[in-house]
Amino acid sequence: MTTGIHISIKNKTYTTADSRQYIAIANFKLSLPNDNFICLVGPSGCGKTTLLNIIANLDIDYQGEISLIEQHSPPKIGYIFQNPRLLPWHTVRENIELVINSHQAPEIIDSLLESMQLTEHQHNYPEHLSLGMSRRVSIIRAFAVNPDILLMDEPFVSLDAPTARQVRSLLLKLWRQRPHTILFVTHDLREAIALADRLIFLSASPMSVISEIDVTIPREDRNNDQAIESFRQQLLNDYPTIKTLL
Amino acid sequence: MSMSNKLLSTLSFLLLIALWYGMAIVINDNTLPTPTVVLQVLWQEIKLGQLPHHFGITLLRLVTSFSIAMFFGCAIGIALGRDKGLNAFLDNWLIIFLNIPAFVTIILCYIWFGLIESAAILAVVINKLPNVIVTIREGTKALDKDLLEMAHCYNFSKNKILFHVIWPQLHPFVMAATRSGLALIWKIILIVEFLGRSDGMGYQLHLFYQLFDVASILAYTIAFIVVIQLIELLILKPLDKKALRWRR
Repeated sequence: MTTGIHISIKNKTYTTADSRQYIAIANFKLSLPNDNFICLVGPSGCGKTTLLNIIANLDIDYQGEISLIEQHSPPKIGYIFQNPRLLPWHTVRENIELVINSHQAPEIIDSLLESMQLTEHQHNYPEHLSLGMSRRVSIIRAFAVNPDILLMDEPFVSLDAPTARQVRSLLLKLWRQRPHTILFVTHDLREAIALADRLIFLSASPMSVISEIDVTIPREDRNNDQAIESFRQQLLNDYPTIKTLL
Repeated sequence: MSMSNKLLSTLSFLLLIALWYGMAIVINDNTLPTPTVVLQVLWQEIKLGQLPHHFGITLLRLVTSFSIAMFFGCAIGIALGRDKGLNAFLDNWLIIFLNIPAFVTIILCYIWFGLIESAAILAVVINKLPNVIVTIREGTKALDKDLLEMAHCYNFSKNKILFHVIWPQLHPFVMAATRSGLALIWKIILIVEFLGRSDGMGYQLHLFYQLFDVASILAYTIAFIVVIQLIELLILKPLDKKALRWRR
């Protein structure tokens, strides 16, 4: 049992096409409590995806450390990308099996498929799925590894509103069954309020935390659009700078 | 292929045979025998066992040199596509080997190693290898980086990445290298046999050339075309179909 994840990034720079050093992230610190759903909200290009890639160990060219707070070891990661990134030559089930040696645990996959209402599509190839279904498969794949932290990079962008709502509700159902820390990047403040325990607002690059706000709406009321909207209005009134980040 | 396309394809084939027939009758000379004469010679050669014997030897050389060239070509091509430093180091070598004429490689192999079987195989492999390397290298450079990132993120082993992420993406490039490779190797093997072996299709064609026996030359050519078609129909197309079954 872990007690959270600590992110400390001293410096992350890029070299631009004209050989200048561009500072994307500097002196960034964030501690994530265990089993919390956290939404990162910030302007386009502020470094949110860079941050997720660093946490996922896809970008190792930075100064800093990502560790489990008590163990000082790299956390086990699940990553749901903007694009589902399924292997098109493998079926839905095979895509999930590949990330976990699932021949040892077929029942885990069965139960995840059932939670995401994909049991009857498990032997289909990704090219035969809708975008919403592909996104659900990528959610299952991420949950299947039983991660310490689940990264989600605007996973519902380009889905129509009813599909996005359906996938959000399935995600929350799955998360309640298998709780762990989720770091969810979004531009949509309503979506963030509907999902998160805590909102973290980020500045333009070099990225830093502007404010951390707990969402106080009870979980059972998160389907109520009016409750979400009034929380959003209150937030914008109390923190006017947030408007500039959206 | 639709019914109308099949009909068109059959008609064009029959037209080719008819043209051959017509020209052979007009010329009326041994330099262009009619299709029926060529088929009679083909049947005779099969009955005598000459054609299966020499064809079998050439086929064995083809399979051996093709397998060696494809195996090392794929391995080196993937390595060069993935490692920029190694690619920069070996790029000049590759350009040099790509541009050495096949004829030069063959005679050099025979001069350096003698008129032996391994020299013949080596000459074919050296001629084919650079083509496979270049094709696979370009395929490797075009790999989907998003999928590689996903594999890395989910801690895929090296074998899993090779067989489940890289190899399926390289399939069209491997098939292109296979098809162009078979066509190239056939041609090179005939020259290799023509110049330095005492059996095989190339050796037989050499004999027929000295005797101006055009009917036998054409009979062996037909056998060659039939085998290439069989390889395409029985091996390559089913492989393609199986590997691409996931496509819409």
